[in-house]
Amino acid sequence: MTFLDFQALSPLLALTATILVVLMIIAYNRNHKVVCTTTVIGLFITLATIPCVIGIDPVQVTQLLVIDRFALLLITLIALVTIAVSLLAYDYFDGNSGRPEEFYLLLMLSALGGMVLVSSTHFASFLLGLELLSISLYALISYPIKGLIPLEAAVKYLILSGVASATLLMGAALLYAGLGTLSFEQLGSGFYPEQATVQAYIVIGSALLLTGLAFKLSLVPFHMWTPDVYEGAPAPVTAFVATVSKGAIFALMVRFFVLTGAFEYQSILVGLSVFAIGSMLAGNLLALMQNNVKRMLAYSSIAHIGYLLVAFISGGITGGMALALEASIFFLVAYIVTTLGAFGIVTILSNSDESRDCDALENYTGLFWRRPALAGAFSIILFSLAGIPLTAGFIGKFYIIAAGVKGTLWLLIATLVVGSGIGIYYYLRVIYTMTLKSTSTEPIRIPVASGWVMLLVTATILTLGVYPTPFIDMLGDLAKSLT
Amino acid sequence: MILIALVSILFIGGIIAWIAEGWNRDWPRWVSLISIAVAALLLPSLFLLEPHLSATPATTANSWLILHSIPWIPKFGIAVLVGLDGLSLLMVTLTIFLGLIAVVSSWSEIDHRPGFFQFNIMWTLAGVVGVFIALDMFLFFFFWEVMLIPMYLLIAIWGHENRGYASMKFFLFTQISGLLLLVSILALVFANYGNTGEFTFSYFALLDANLSPDVAYWVMWGFFIAFVVKLPGFPFHTWLPDAHTQAPTAASVLLAGILLKTGAYGLIRFTVPLFPEAAVEIAPLAMLLGVAGVIYGAILAFAQSDFKRLVAYSSVSHMGFVLIGIYAWNQLSLQGSVMQMIAHGLSTAALFMIAGALQQRLHTRDMTAMGGLWVSMPRMGGITLFFIIASLGMPGLGNFVGEFLILMGTFKVNIPITVFAALGLITAAVYALYAMQQTFQGAPTQELDVEDFGAREISVMVLMMVGLVFLGLYPQPVFDIVDPVLAGLYQLTQSTPSWLGSL
Repeated sequence: MTFLDFQALSPLLALTATILVVLMIIAYNRNHKVVCTTTVIGLFITLATIPCVIGIDPVQVTQLLVIDRFALLLITLIALVTIAVSLLAYDYFDGNSGRPEEFYLLLMLSALGGMVLVSSTHFASFLLGLELLSISLYALISYPIKGLIPLEAAVKYLILSGVASATLLMGAALLYAGLGTLSFEQLGSGFYPEQATVQAYIVIGSALLLTGLAFKLSLVPFHMWTPDVYEGAPAPVTAFVATVSKGAIFALMVRFFVLTGAFEYQSILVGLSVFAIGSMLAGNLLALMQNNVKRMLAYSSIAHIGYLLVAFISGGITGGMALALEASIFFLVAYIVTTLGAFGIVTILSNSDESRDCDALENYTGLFWRRPALAGAFSIILFSLAGIPLTAGFIGKFYIIAAGVKGTLWLLIATLVVGSGIGIYYYLRVIYTMTLKSTSTEPIRIPVASGWVMLLVTATILTLGVYPTPFIDMLGDLAKSLT
Repeated sequence: MILIALVSILFIGGIIAWIAEGWNRDWPRWVSLISIAVAALLLPSLFLLEPHLSATPATTANSWLILHSIPWIPKFGIAVLVGLDGLSLLMVTLTIFLGLIAVVSSWSEIDHRPGFFQFNIMWTLAGVVGVFIALDMFLFFFFWEVMLIPMYLLIAIWGHENRGYASMKFFLFTQISGLLLLVSILALVFANYGNTGEFTFSYFALLDANLSPDVAYWVMWGFFIAFVVKLPGFPFHTWLPDAHTQAPTAASVLLAGILLKTGAYGLIRFTVPLFPEAAVEIAPLAMLLGVAGVIYGAILAFAQSDFKRLVAYSSVSHMGFVLIGIYAWNQLSLQGSVMQMIAHGLSTAALFMIAGALQQRLHTRDMTAMGGLWVSMPRMGGITLFFIIASLGMPGLGNFVGEFLILMGTFKVNIPITVFAALGLITAAVYALYAMQQTFQGAPTQELDVEDFGAREISVMVLMMVGLVFLGLYPQPVFDIVDPVLAGLYQLTQSTPSWLGSL
């Protein structure tokens, strides 16, 4: 390890240091405000180290990690989302019973796992990051001590996620058996061997690997855990699971496919297409039947990852890689910002002392007239999820359709159009509920920090929707540097 | 720049109206009225513009009054490319005029959240104006969607008893067809990219795209369905009666008056010129759908007992004529279609306002509960009679000119279609007079103590009556404005030898 390596790793090191500092503070003096403030400051320091890295990237730090523009973009995103979740969680836990301090510790550990994932180029770092992310999440999901629902969710996530990790490991083992290496790049150089037996190792290994990833990304048919976990977890954790956890795993998948060139295997692309079609249809159809906002958003996130796969698959078509990556990353960013906003709204309306989060659809009746700003922000977020112009979601969907049309993936595009059509119905149903005459006149308090988070999230959604040019230009360079 | 100013005034006016609600509940409608009036003041100067050659791309005729382009997302060749020619000018004028009418007509109707109501009205108008001036396909699609959401909210929040169902149906129909449009636009852009290596959404560049007949045929279908849903053409019209019936008066006026016209405009501006060969192929089918709409709409209109629903179905019938006229594609039929769009905008908007006024006074739209209203409301009765007569196509009024020209033009192309479409003139008389008899004539069903039209309503109605009479007696100015555009469109489709009856 040289100095350059340490410099390149500085965001990860800064976050690790923050985790240790927060640990000490909690040991010395439990104070919710101090812990949350330190967490946010630490995350901002993490962000501040990123400009120091930009000049020197890309840096390959040992065989395990690479810090390049792609990793840096996602690290920034993860740090920003973690700040937002910390602030939302502060208001969610503030003044309530229970000890919320360790929450931030676990949150940062999980974020660190995500950052390792997005920069890993080796199965060792991949699994390290994945387990760091997941194990912290088990505890986060069951954090509030308010009943059985979070516990049930955590156990479900623990078991299924454990199975998924095991499947993933088996896949990695088979790849190692076939090619004798765990590094993505070296895997890539031997990915198209002559011998049929080695090819079989690779295809079966990749299939197991994809199954594991599909579990984590909650793609149909491995999506069963998602609605229960989303519903059971406290709202800020749901926001984190839906954004950072999925985003980091998708980023890893991008990196794996780019470095190994797994796109060339037609069978892998067919498998992914099946996942995509299943997720878009099942996600949207099941979302139709939900009367619970968190469950509805869970199914809609299944569908969204399905859309994301459409762009991803188009990377397998000759010459389509750059556009596919650009489209995937743009859509991923739009998805993360929008989903964060959606669960942010749920968080603001909920309180950790109540036995359930505010997630029944009828709780939203008349929100437009009780809290117009909050309802307006939620409407913009839902429009973005539905892919309606002026929002980031629209440009994202536009990108995906563009990538799909370029790759002539007509079946996938048709499914996407049908799925989006169904989607409009359940998103609009929420907006419609918010416009009804209010049944309750109980005042809704919007806490300061959460209010600012929502304002920034909404502003980002609109900015990306109206003037995405600077971001698109940046993504263009990024995608070129990746391929 | 003046075009961008026009759209911006409406967008910003809407935001101010929303904010103004916090200060005073009366202000939002004044803000709307004033901003639409300011936008209207920009219009006369547009009528004085001469087509200028320098700005005109080589492939189109010299009919553009203004063309203006600002880069937006250069990577995809997306620009804020706006332009105005005679056709756009007429449509924009109609939009602003009916916008003014819609605001005035709902002056005292809305108590619930007036600021947000005006915001939605203004944004719908802005979206529609944008649709009529956008020449970049991405920008066009952007405005196409922007006009939907406020309209959805108008129906969903301020609509009548069954508003949830109606607004959802409206949104699903238009949104799914919108996605189809988006996919088609992208397919067109990528086909062009494959041929030329240039990414562009510009209308002018895409006119020159050398598409293979197969691609053109399929992409054309996407455009066709998206626009026909909006028109609405048979069999995609089912959203319209629900949406119209449930919408508050101002929203009905905008829906019938201008939103339907965006569909027709899209067919004239995009579907046919972009895919002339494919359009020829489906012209008989399209005209058949038009005829089906004319007759089916009329029959269903006659079967209604809800006054608003009757007017809504009559729209299906009238817009069927527009579809026939567009796909007959000759000077007479296109002139007729344009005239029909404007005249239908005025007459149907007025009828919806009357329906709204009746509902406000009688708290019902059911015609079986009406009858003999002339006794208590003679002024309203007389005005209704005028618009009923206009709607059934009485010579001397705008609607007659439109339908007559469409039939004349279509006769040169397809005689059976013309014969069946002409039946629509008879059926129109049946349902229109039936509506009149059920509501204002006959013996009064009950003693009513209701207010007749006041000065505000009368003055709005008189404006629309003057417009229809003017269009009916002296339609030439409209043709003078729109003829250069139509000539340019022929030039684009002239290379298609099988097209009958071109100039």
